[in-house]
Amino acid sequence: MTTYYSEEHEWITVEGDIATIGITAHAAEQLGDIVFVDQKEEGDEFESGDEIGVIESVKAASEIFAPVDGEIIEANELLQSNPAALNENPEADAWIYKVKLSDPSQLEGLMDLAGYKTFIS
Amino acid sequence: MSDKPKRTALYDLHCALGGKMVDFAGWEMPVQYTMGIMGEHQHCRSKAALFDVSHMGQVLLHGANAAEKLEALVPAALSKLPEGKARYTFFTDDSGGIMDDLIVANAGDHLFLVVNASMRAQDIPHMKAHLKGVEVTEIFDRALIAVQGPSAQDVVASHCPQAAQLSFMQTCEALIDGTLCRISRLGYTGEDGYEISIPEAEAERITRLMLDHPDCAPAGLGARDSLRLEAGLCLYGNDITPDTSPIEAGLSWAIQKRRREEGGFPGAARIMAELEHGTARKLVGILPQGRAPARAGVEIHDQDGNAIGQITSGGFGPTVQAPVAIGYVHADHSAPGQELHLIIRGKPQPATVCALPFVSQNYKR
Repeated sequence: MTTYYSEEHEWITVEGDIATIGITAHAAEQLGDIVFVDQKEEGDEFESGDEIGVIESVKAASEIFAPVDGEIIEANELLQSNPAALNENPEADAWIYKVKLSDPSQLEGLMDLAGYKTFIS
Repeated sequence: MSDKPKRTALYDLHCALGGKMVDFAGWEMPVQYTMGIMGEHQHCRSKAALFDVSHMGQVLLHGANAAEKLEALVPAALSKLPEGKARYTFFTDDSGGIMDDLIVANAGDHLFLVVNASMRAQDIPHMKAHLKGVEVTEIFDRALIAVQGPSAQDVVASHCPQAAQLSFMQTCEALIDGTLCRISRLGYTGEDGYEISIPEAEAERITRLMLDHPDCAPAGLGARDSLRLEAGLCLYGNDITPDTSPIEAGLSWAIQKRRREEGGFPGAARIMAELEHGTARKLVGILPQGRAPARAGVEIHDQDGNAIGQITSGGFGPTVQAPVAIGYVHADHSAPGQELHLIIRGKPQPATVCALPFVSQNYKR
C-alpha cells in the first residue's frame, strides 16, 4: 500500500477508491500536546484545500486542509475520547478520516516518503 | 520594532536543554522544552519548574520619598510598605485604564520594580517623566528566573537558607553560592515559589545549580501561560489593557483602603466611582462544557444569542484537565453558575461562569 504525503503534513494511504488520512509524526511533534480534534461528519464532501477539521493543542488551534477532493465516510472516534493518541500514534491508530476519493489521479500531485522527508528537512 | 529579537543571559542554556525558541515581545524565549507544555505544567504543580523571565523589565527607583511619589502613578498604597515587602499594582491612565501591571518591592534604600517585557519601553519614560526627584534606573545586567511549585522552597533553600524564612510577597537580598541575588517569594503560577534576580555573569551557573535539584525542571512560556490562566491571574495585553479598568478586571483587592478613600492616582474619578457603583462588565472565569478550548477573541453570547462579551484568554487547563477561559461579560451575566454560549468556529458551545481561580492558589502565607 502506497503512502502519499501533502505539504500540509498529512499522510494518505489508499485501497481502491477509499483513502485513510492522518497527520504526520512531524506535524504532531510540531503541534505539541493535542487536547481536542474538531472533526467533520460522515457524508461531508470537500475539495482539495478545504478546511476539514481543527486540531487544538495546548499551544494553539491548527486547521486540517484537505489534500484531495472527496467525501468523509468515517471520522475516527478514538480522537474524541483520546485526542492525545494523535501525539502517540499519528501515523497508525490515530488516523483522522476515511474518505471516498472523487479523483484518485490527484494523488499523483502529492509526495512520496522520500519527497516528504526532503520537504521537512 | 523590526530589530532582531534579543537574547537573555540564559539563551545558550535554553538551547542546550532542548528549548523550542520563539519570538516573544522582542525576545527569543523558550516556549517549551523536551517535556512539553503539558508535562512542564504538571511538573510545576507537583514539584518545581524553573522559568527564565529575564525579558521582564527590572527597574530601581532611588530618591527621597520614592514610594510616596510612585503613588501618583499607581493605586496601591506604597508609602508605608515595609522594607522587604512586595506589592502587586498597575499603572493607570487618566481614563482609568490599565497601562501595565507590575510588582513593587521596598528594598530598603530603593524600590525594586518588575514590569512586563512588552511595556518596558513605555513604563520607563512614563516614570521618568512623572517622578520628579526620583532616579529611575532600568537594569540591563541582571537575569530574572522564577522557581515555582511545591518543591520550590526545597530547591532554592538548599542553596540559600534565608529563602525558607520568606513568606508570600516578601523579598530579601541573599547569597546563592557566593553570589548576591534578590530573592522574592512570589510568582505567576498560583504555586508557592520565588523570583530571583541574578547578576548576568552568574545567571547560568546559578540556574544550573537549581536545575541540579532532582525536583526542578525547566519550563517555558507555554506552561507559564497555562499555569497563570488556571490560577486566574491576568495577562497584560489580553485580560487587562488601556480599555479595561482594574475594577472591571476584578483587581479591586489591589487598591488598598487609603487609596480608595483619597484617590490621587490617574483615573481615580472613574475607578472610585466604579468601586462604589460597580461596573457594566466584569472579568469572569468560564468553563466550556465541551472539549473544545475557547481562545482569546471568542465571542460570548447569552442563551438568547445576544452578544454579551468576549474571551480574553483561554486554552486547555492541564490541571483542570478541561478547557478553561477568562473573559468579560455584562455584569448581569457574571454570577457563578450563569450559563453562556461561546461562539467557537461559528457554532455556539455551552459554557458556565465559574469563580476564579480554577485551581486553588498554594501561596506560603
